[in-house]
Amino acid sequence: MSLGPEASISDEITTPTDDAAVERNAGETAIAGRSLKQIAWRRLKKDRVAVGGGIVIIVLIVMAILAPLLIKLLGHPYDEYHNDAIDPTLGLPKGSLGGISKEFILGVEPVNGRDIFSRIVYGAQTTLTVAFLSAFLSTILGVLFGMTAGFVGGWVDSIISRIMDFLLAFPQLLFSIALVSVLPPTSFGLGPRWSRVVVLVIVIGFFGWPYIGRIVRGQTLSLREREFVEASRSLGARSPRILFREMLPNLAAPILVYTTLIIPTNILTEAALSFLGVGIPPPYPSWGGMLSDAVATYRYDAMFMIIPGAMIFITVLAFNLFGDGLRDALDPKAH
Amino acid sequence: MLAYIIRRLINAVVTLIVVTFVTFCVFFLVPKLTGSDPALLYVGKQADPVALAGIREKFGFNDPLIVQYGKFLKGIVAGRDYVTGADVTHCSAPCLGYSFKNSQEVWPLLIHALPVTFSLALGAAVLWVLMGVFFGVVSALRRGSIWDRSAMTVALAGVSLPIYFTGLLSLSIFVYWLGFANPGYTPFFDNPWQWFTGLLLPWITLAFLFAATYARLTRANMLETLGEDYIRTARAKGLRERTVIGKHGLRSGLTPLVTVFGLDLGALLGGAILTEAVYNLRGLGYFALNSIRSSDLPIILGVTLFAAGFIVIMNLIVDLLYGVIDPRVRLG
Repeated sequence: MSLGPEASISDEITTPTDDAAVERNAGETAIAGRSLKQIAWRRLKKDRVAVGGGIVIIVLIVMAILAPLLIKLLGHPYDEYHNDAIDPTLGLPKGSLGGISKEFILGVEPVNGRDIFSRIVYGAQTTLTVAFLSAFLSTILGVLFGMTAGFVGGWVDSIISRIMDFLLAFPQLLFSIALVSVLPPTSFGLGPRWSRVVVLVIVIGFFGWPYIGRIVRGQTLSLREREFVEASRSLGARSPRILFREMLPNLAAPILVYTTLIIPTNILTEAALSFLGVGIPPPYPSWGGMLSDAVATYRYDAMFMIIPGAMIFITVLAFNLFGDGLRDALDPKAH
Repeated sequence: MLAYIIRRLINAVVTLIVVTFVTFCVFFLVPKLTGSDPALLYVGKQADPVALAGIREKFGFNDPLIVQYGKFLKGIVAGRDYVTGADVTHCSAPCLGYSFKNSQEVWPLLIHALPVTFSLALGAAVLWVLMGVFFGVVSALRRGSIWDRSAMTVALAGVSLPIYFTGLLSLSIFVYWLGFANPGYTPFFDNPWQWFTGLLLPWITLAFLFAATYARLTRANMLETLGEDYIRTARAKGLRERTVIGKHGLRSGLTPLVTVFGLDLGALLGGAILTEAVYNLRGLGYFALNSIRSSDLPIILGVTLFAAGFIVIMNLIVDLLYGVIDPRVRLG
């Protein structure tokens, strides 16, 4: 007798009995004891690919947080020139593979000899900050507008939907490049590095919300007609309570999945903007900026291009794998 | 049907007007807020006050924003005269203004860059649709096989690889290591073979990125379609597997792809900024980037308008096509 897909993750060993009802009851209590969160967590833990992605993400986050310590132990300040590591006639790093050595574990930049390892580590800091915060901003805006559109309906819905359509039809990358380039280099009372981070978060986050907004709107529309909402309303609950206490918990799973899945897109956008010269300003490090620096010399020193490119690839891949796994774990239809 | 087309056209025009207005506001207001003077950009560093005042009057920088915008719109529809005293400069019908840097009309400049972007986008589109659909369908039909798993692994890697990395990699492998000629654009009618070989590498790199996405999408759609009841029915009534897949499976499995394709192609036609930057192809995107670097606002505005125009037009085409491909959709 099959107990459904949940049976495989049941801890209890059900001994066969003659009484079918007893067996069924035992099975039901074993299932009822788990919330969606627990079920999803168990599924996620079994998905080795997703776990791998998750571990890579955690390592990257730890690396970004511990950047100053790591540099002290294994590297050199990211803006320190090391002319002694550069071959003066060619302008290229001494030694093979872009100057990888005990002293410079990922080699040095051509021409000025800055430590690539520390630039990668600090680049992770900016990349992850921008990617997470902009995903967070998109999520907040998307949930707010998506839920409002789906819940209120009528003309509010049509206006919000039109705005979303409009933003999706907007030449976003072009507009972001142009917008970021006309803004002053420092703002919000921050230094050039962090003020540009704030600008990137706002621009990337703003253009990302319609993707989440559309999904949330659709889900809200279908949730609005469900019995538990009707029950809550008949008990006298007001709209804010219904929205935040009844509907939002039901939206949590898709919101979480889509937030995870826009993070890699944001990483690529940030790197693209830095590659095009409107992201993090020099001398501050960013992976996209390093790739753009590499354009001049990659013909002779390929490592300087491969390292930041590979970092972008690994990071984006890790987030994609984790996001896919999370979606499979949270989506009951996947099983 | 006709009423639908007319309504959609009106919608498209409204969207374009909103795009121009937003772009106009941002790029003419931001310099004002940050205190830079657009007239200064026309004259250059050695500005003498009289010339500056002349430029301001000629291009109407003294007018309120809404008047400037009105003149800009009128210029697109009916052309526009720039007047300072006795000096009249005429800019004919689709007038998008004058470049700050070299005082050339924006419209012809953009039209000139168009064939490069078109060649790049269309060539890549053919490749990525063929590759993406082929691998997606094969993966869906042989679900779980070694084919499926390796194709999907490559596809997942593909969506995680940015073009500014694969582009540089492809250049260092094929051009600098294996010694192929550097990619570049030759007009098709000058020399079709050179046009083809010059764009082959950019096409493949760009197509790889999109093919990965399309393979994943196709596979997911096909799997969903193949699980439908009517596929079982088609098999049950004894149709050959080829007919079941070809006639019933593909048709509804691939329709969602049309929407995505329209949007992607529309976005690319407005300038494949990153690809053009990596391969030094002088299309709309390359042009846009240069004008952004030199704060050439009229060109930025023009390219944004072009880009939005392509997205809107492609959207319209897709919606009309939908009525043809998918019999369940009725336009009205």
